[in-house]
Amino acid sequence: MVGEGSDSVFGKILTIMTSETLDQGQMSCEEIRKNIQKYVDKWRNVEGSLIMVLHDIQEDIGYVPREWAMEIGKALDIKLARIYEVLTFYHYFKLKPQGKHSIHVCTGTACHIKGAPAILEILKTQLGFNVGETTADRLFNLDVVRCVGACGLAPAVVIDGEVNGKSTPEKIIEKVKSLQS
Amino acid sequence: MNTEIIKATINGTPVEVPAGTKILEAARKVHIKIPTLCKHQDLLPSGGCGLCIVRVKGSPKMFRACTTPLENGMDITTHDAEIVETRKTVLELILSNHPDECLTCGRNTNCELQRLSAEFGIRDDKIKRYVPDLPKDASTGSIIIDARKCIKCGRCVQVCQEIQNVWALSFLHRGINTKMAPCGDISLAESPCIRCGQCAAHCPTGAIVEKDDVPAVWDALHNPEKFCTVQIAPAVRVSLGEEFGLPPGTDLTKKIYAALRRLGFKAIFDSNFSADLTIMEEASEFVDRFTKNPSSLPLVTSCCPSWTDFMEKMHPDFIDHFSSAKSPQQMMGAMVKTYFAQKNNIDPAKIFQLSIMPCTAKKFELERCKEMKSSGYPDVDCSITTREFARMIKQSGIDFDSIPEEKADSILGEHSGAGVIFGTTGGVMEAALRTAYNVITGKNLEKEAIDIQSVRGLDGVKEATIGVGNFNVRVAVAHGLANVEYILDKVREAKQQGKESPYHFIEVMACPGGCIGGGGQPYGVTDNLRQKRMAGIYQCDRNCPVRCSHDNPEIKKIYADFLGSPRSEKAHELLHTHYQSRPIYQR
Amino acid sequence: MTPSELNQLRDSLKAAHKNVKKCLHVCVGSGCLSSKSETFIPAIQKEIQAQGLKEYTVKGVGCRGLCAAGPLVSSEPDGTLYHEVTEADVKGIVENLNGIKNNEKVYNTDTPFFKKQKKIVLENAGEIDPCSIDEYICADGYTALTKVLTSMNPQQVIDTISTSGLRGRGGAGFPTGRKWGMMAKSVSKDGKKFVVCNGDEGDPGAFMDRSMMEADPHRILEGMIIAGYAVGSDQGFVYVRAEYPLAVKRFQLAIEKAREKNLLGKNILGSSFSFDIEIRLGAGAFVCGEETALIASIEGKRGSPSPRPPFPTTSGIWGKPTMINNVETFANVAPIINRGGDWFASIGTDKSKGTKVFALTGHVTNSGLIEVPMGTTLREIVFDIGGGCLNGKKFKAVQTGGPSGGFITEKDLDTPISYENLQNLGSIMGSGGMVVLDEDDCMVDITRFYLRFCVDESCGKCAPCRIGGYQLLQILENILRGRGTPEDLPQLKQICHAMQKASLCGLGQTAPNPVLSTMKNFEDEYKAYIEGGVKYARQKSKGKS
Repeated sequence: MVGEGSDSVFGKILTIMTSETLDQGQMSCEEIRKNIQKYVDKWRNVEGSLIMVLHDIQEDIGYVPREWAMEIGKALDIKLARIYEVLTFYHYFKLKPQGKHSIHVCTGTACHIKGAPAILEILKTQLGFNVGETTADRLFNLDVVRCVGACGLAPAVVIDGEVNGKSTPEKIIEKVKSLQS
Repeated sequence: MNTEIIKATINGTPVEVPAGTKILEAARKVHIKIPTLCKHQDLLPSGGCGLCIVRVKGSPKMFRACTTPLENGMDITTHDAEIVETRKTVLELILSNHPDECLTCGRNTNCELQRLSAEFGIRDDKIKRYVPDLPKDASTGSIIIDARKCIKCGRCVQVCQEIQNVWALSFLHRGINTKMAPCGDISLAESPCIRCGQCAAHCPTGAIVEKDDVPAVWDALHNPEKFCTVQIAPAVRVSLGEEFGLPPGTDLTKKIYAALRRLGFKAIFDSNFSADLTIMEEASEFVDRFTKNPSSLPLVTSCCPSWTDFMEKMHPDFIDHFSSAKSPQQMMGAMVKTYFAQKNNIDPAKIFQLSIMPCTAKKFELERCKEMKSSGYPDVDCSITTREFARMIKQSGIDFDSIPEEKADSILGEHSGAGVIFGTTGGVMEAALRTAYNVITGKNLEKEAIDIQSVRGLDGVKEATIGVGNFNVRVAVAHGLANVEYILDKVREAKQQGKESPYHFIEVMACPGGCIGGGGQPYGVTDNLRQKRMAGIYQCDRNCPVRCSHDNPEIKKIYADFLGSPRSEKAHELLHTHYQSRPIYQR
Repeated sequence: MTPSELNQLRDSLKAAHKNVKKCLHVCVGSGCLSSKSETFIPAIQKEIQAQGLKEYTVKGVGCRGLCAAGPLVSSEPDGTLYHEVTEADVKGIVENLNGIKNNEKVYNTDTPFFKKQKKIVLENAGEIDPCSIDEYICADGYTALTKVLTSMNPQQVIDTISTSGLRGRGGAGFPTGRKWGMMAKSVSKDGKKFVVCNGDEGDPGAFMDRSMMEADPHRILEGMIIAGYAVGSDQGFVYVRAEYPLAVKRFQLAIEKAREKNLLGKNILGSSFSFDIEIRLGAGAFVCGEETALIASIEGKRGSPSPRPPFPTTSGIWGKPTMINNVETFANVAPIINRGGDWFASIGTDKSKGTKVFALTGHVTNSGLIEVPMGTTLREIVFDIGGGCLNGKKFKAVQTGGPSGGFITEKDLDTPISYENLQNLGSIMGSGGMVVLDEDDCMVDITRFYLRFCVDESCGKCAPCRIGGYQLLQILENILRGRGTPEDLPQLKQICHAMQKASLCGLGQTAPNPVLSTMKNFEDEYKAYIEGGVKYARQKSKGKS
C-alpha cells in the first residue's frame, strides 16, 4: 500500500522555485493570448477564480507580467484594478522575473529564536542581498518565509527547494558561494 | 422591505428607527454626531477609520457605529472617557501618517481630518510622524493625486469602482504600505480614468484635488494683450453660494455676472445660452433620426465629457448613436472666437475664453480632439471648477454677499429655462424634448406639461414614454455611470434579437445627480444637497420668461445672422464633433 | 457505492491487512521529507526483497510529531521507533524486523512525550498512508459518514456535536454545535450554502493544520461532508495556504479518490445527499485566516476583513450563508459521531472538551507536534512532554496563541489548559502554536518579532491596525537600539489600547497582546533598555528568569 503520490511533491516545488524565469513581458499580445488560453478555458466558469488563475500563471512562468494580467483581465472580464489589488496584496505573487536561484530564509518563531536573523544579516552584509529582491546578476532571489514546517530543524533555509536544516551563517554563505561559481 | 421598528437607547435617549438602520444614522436622529472619516452618505460603510466606535452595554468589545445595525433593546454609549480617548489616539495615529502641510494644502480650512483634529484639541505631535515619500500624479491635467495625504478611507476607490464603474483607482499593497493608486503601476492618465472628479469630491482630505488653474486665469486677466471672456455653467449658479455660507440651491446668476465683471472679464456669457444652442442641434438631430431613420436610434446625449470618454473606452459599439453636437462649453467657445469676435472686430487670437464649470473633466475636454479648436484657436482656453472660482472671488477682495446683481452681456448671454436645466440629471432630455415636441408638432408643450416630471429626480435610472403628437417617444435617463450598463444592455439585447430599440433617446451624465453633483462642486455633496441644488435649478427654469431653447431670441438671431439653420454646413464645422474607440489602458 | 459495499470493502481490506506481519512506517511529513525521507521507501523495499522477507512491507505515513528527531521510521505493530534515520541505516532497520539486533537508532518511546499524549485527531497520523483512501477506510474511515447518512437526521448530528462540547479549534473557541445550528437555520434564497475548511494556518511556528492535512486528509473531508449534511449545504471549499504544496496535493488526491468512491459528489453512498469540495489556495496573507477575509479571498478579492454583522453564517461567500471551521475542528467530527458526544465530553475540562493539538517549538528539547487532553497543565507539556528547555537552560516563558497570544511565566505553569484559563493569563488558545523561551531569550526582541509579523500581515484597511501596529514597532525598534525614552512605555500602552478597541478585525485587536503581555510580565527588560542601553539590557535579561 505505498502511496500513489507521496514522492514527487518536493520535486515539483523544486521546479517552481528554480525554473528559469525569463522575462515573459516581451511576447506579443497574440502570443500571450495564446498562452493564457488554457487558464481561461480552465477557470472561465468558476466564480471567484482570479487568485487561482494567478497561481497557475506564476507556477508556469515564475511571476505575473503586467501584459499577462491585462490579457487575463480581458479574457475573464476582470478589471485590471482588481487584478492588481489582488496581486499586490498577496505576498506570494511576484510581479517581476525572479533570479535563477531562490533562497528562502524561514523566519517562523522557532527559526527566529534559533538564529534566522543572523543568517539574514550575513546574507545582507557579506553578499549584499536584499530581502524580496533579485541580485543584479539575476542569479539569486532572497526572500523570507513564515514557516516551512521544519521547526524541528530550525533554523531552516530553503535553497532552490531544498531544506537546509540546522543552518549556520557560515554553512549558508558557503552554499551560496558554491552556486555563484 | 423592512417595516419592523427597532427600539433602543442611545446615551440614555430612546430612539426608534426602521430595522437595518446603522447606529451612526440612528444617533443622528437623536442629535448625536459620531465622528467618522470614512463613512460617506453616498457609499456603503467600510469600517476603515475606526473613529466611530461606540459601546454597547453588555459587550466588552466596541462596535463600529457605521456598520453595526441598531438592534432592539441595545443600550448604546457614544461618548465616554475611554471612547473619546481611544478616538483621539486613533486620530493621532492617522495624523502621524499624514504630512504636516495644512497651510499649503488644497483642502486647507475645508478638510475633514483638519476639522476633527481641531475638534479633538490635538495640540502636539506625540507620535512620531511617518509619511512615505510618494510622488504626485498630475498626469491627467484635471485631477491631482497626492497619495501622501491619503488616509485610506476608501471613499475614492469605492466611488470610482462602484458608483462610476470606472475602476481607475484601486488599493495596492497592504498594511502600512497600502496605497490608493491607479491600477497596476501606471499613471492616472494611463488608467481608465474619465476625470469625473468624484474621487476628489468624496475625498475627506487633500489627497485628490482638481488641478489648480487659477494662476493661469490671473495671468490672462493681468495681460493687457488679452481680451478676457468667460462663461458659467448652469450648475455653478446654484452651488457657489455654499462656499460663501449661503444655503445650497440659492440662485446667484446675477451676482456671479457682477463678480466676473469686477474680476476684469470684458465679456460675460452664460453656458445656458450655448446649452440652448446644443439643444437646437441635438433636438434637430434627434427629430431627423426619429422621423427619417428610426434604425439609427437611440440617440445618446454627449454633452458630458466624462461620459463620452467612458463610452469611447468601454462602449465603443455605441459611437454611432452618439449625438455629434458638442457640449455647451465647446459651442460657446467656438461662437465667441468666431461670431462674437467678428461682430466686435476683435482678433480671436487675443481672446481668452474661460469656462467656470462644476466639473473636472471639462479641463480635459478642452483638448479632447481637434474639433475642440474648430475656430482655428482653442475654443476655450481654460476651465476652472466652482471651487476654484470661489477662491478667485475671495482672492480678489470682492464682498460677494453684498455685491449688487448685474446682467450678462448680450448675444451670448440670454438663455431659456431649457438651457439652465442642463445642470441636472434629466435636464438635457427635458430640454431636448421641449424643442423636439415643437419641431414635430409645430406647437410648444402646454403650461404644465412643459415640466417633464418623469425624467426628473435622483433615481439612478429613469425610464419614461412621452407623447409627442401622434408619436410615443421612449426615453431613458441615467446618472452615475454604474447605472449605464443596464440601459445599454437593454439596447444591445434588442439589437441582437433584431427588435426595435427599447428607447429612442438616452441621456447620460457621469456624476450622480448630473452636473449639480459634479466633481468640481463645493465639498460635502450628499443626496440631500443634490436635491437642494436641483430645486434651485428648476426654480431658475420656472423664473425664465422663455422656457424652450428654440424660443430664445438670441438663439434665433444667431441662426439668422450666422449659422443659417441647425446642422447647416457652418453649424457642422463649428458645433459638431466625432467620437472614436479608445484603448481603456493607455499602457 | 452503497453503505454495504463500503463495509464489504473495509472488511476485505482488514482481512488483507492481517496478512501483513510487520510494516515499516516511513514518515513523509514535511519535516522528515525535508531530509529526503521519501527515498527510504524504495530503499527499504529493495532491502526487504534482498533479505527475502515476504510478509513484511513498507509505506509512507504522515507526521507522528517528533519532528526534531526526524527522519523517523517505525516498525508496526511492535512500535519500534528509529530516529534521525539515514540511507545507511536502512539495512539495519530491515534486519531488525526479525528481532532487534541493531539498536543505535532505536528511540526510547517509554517517555512522557509518548505516554502523556492522547491522540484523537492525530490517531491516524503515523499509522496510515495519507495518499491511500483504502488505508483510511481500513482504519474505520467513513464509518461516521455512513452512520450519519443511514441513521441520523441533520438535527441529530448537530445535537451530537453540541453534546460533545466541541469548540472551534481555530482560536476563539466558539461552540461548534452552536455554529452548526445557526448555519442550519440560515436561509439562502437559492438554497446555496457553503461549508469552508479554514486551512490558512499562518502563525509563525505553528504547523498543526498542515500536519493534519498531510497526514490524514480523508478525516478532514469526512468531517466536512458530515457538516454539509448537518447544515444543508452541497458545496464545500478547502482554503489552504499555497505555501503548503504537499497538503494541497494530498488533499486534492483525497478529494479525487473520495469522488471515485462516491463519498463526494452526487447522491453520496446512494443517499439523497450531494456534496462536493473545491480547493482554493491562499497566497501569503495571514489575515485570510480571519473568516470575513477568507471569504473575500475565496471570492478572488483582496483579503480584507469586513465588519460583522453580518456574520458569515448569514451572509458569506457571494452573500450566501457560509460556515467556516478550522481543520482540527473538522478532524474531531468523525470520532465524535462514531463514539458519541458523551464520550468526547468526558475528555478535558468543564468547558473545554476533547484534546488539543499543539506545535511545540522553540528552546525545548522535544519540539514537534503533540496532542494532549484539555486540562493538561502547561508544566506537563513543557517539562514532561517537551523535556524542558534545550541544553538544560532555565525556563523563562511559554508563548501560546501566536501573534495574538501572550506569554506565560513559571508561576502560572501549573494552570490546566483550557480556553478560559489561557485567556485569564492574558494569552489565548489560538490555533495551537506553543513556543518555549529560555533564560537567554530577550523578551523585547521576541515581542518585536511578533509585532513585525502583525505589521507585515496587516491588511491595511483600518487605521488603528495599519498605523498603530507600525508605530508600536517603531517604538520597540527604538527601545531595542537603546534609544528609548521613559515616555515610550505609556505611549506603547496608549496605542495598544486604541488598537484593541478600534481595530476592525481580530488581527488588529489582538496584535498588541504580545506587547501588553511582555510589558506586564517583563517590564524590567524594557526598562533595562531604556535606562541602561543595549549591552546592559542583554546582560540583564540573561541574568534573570
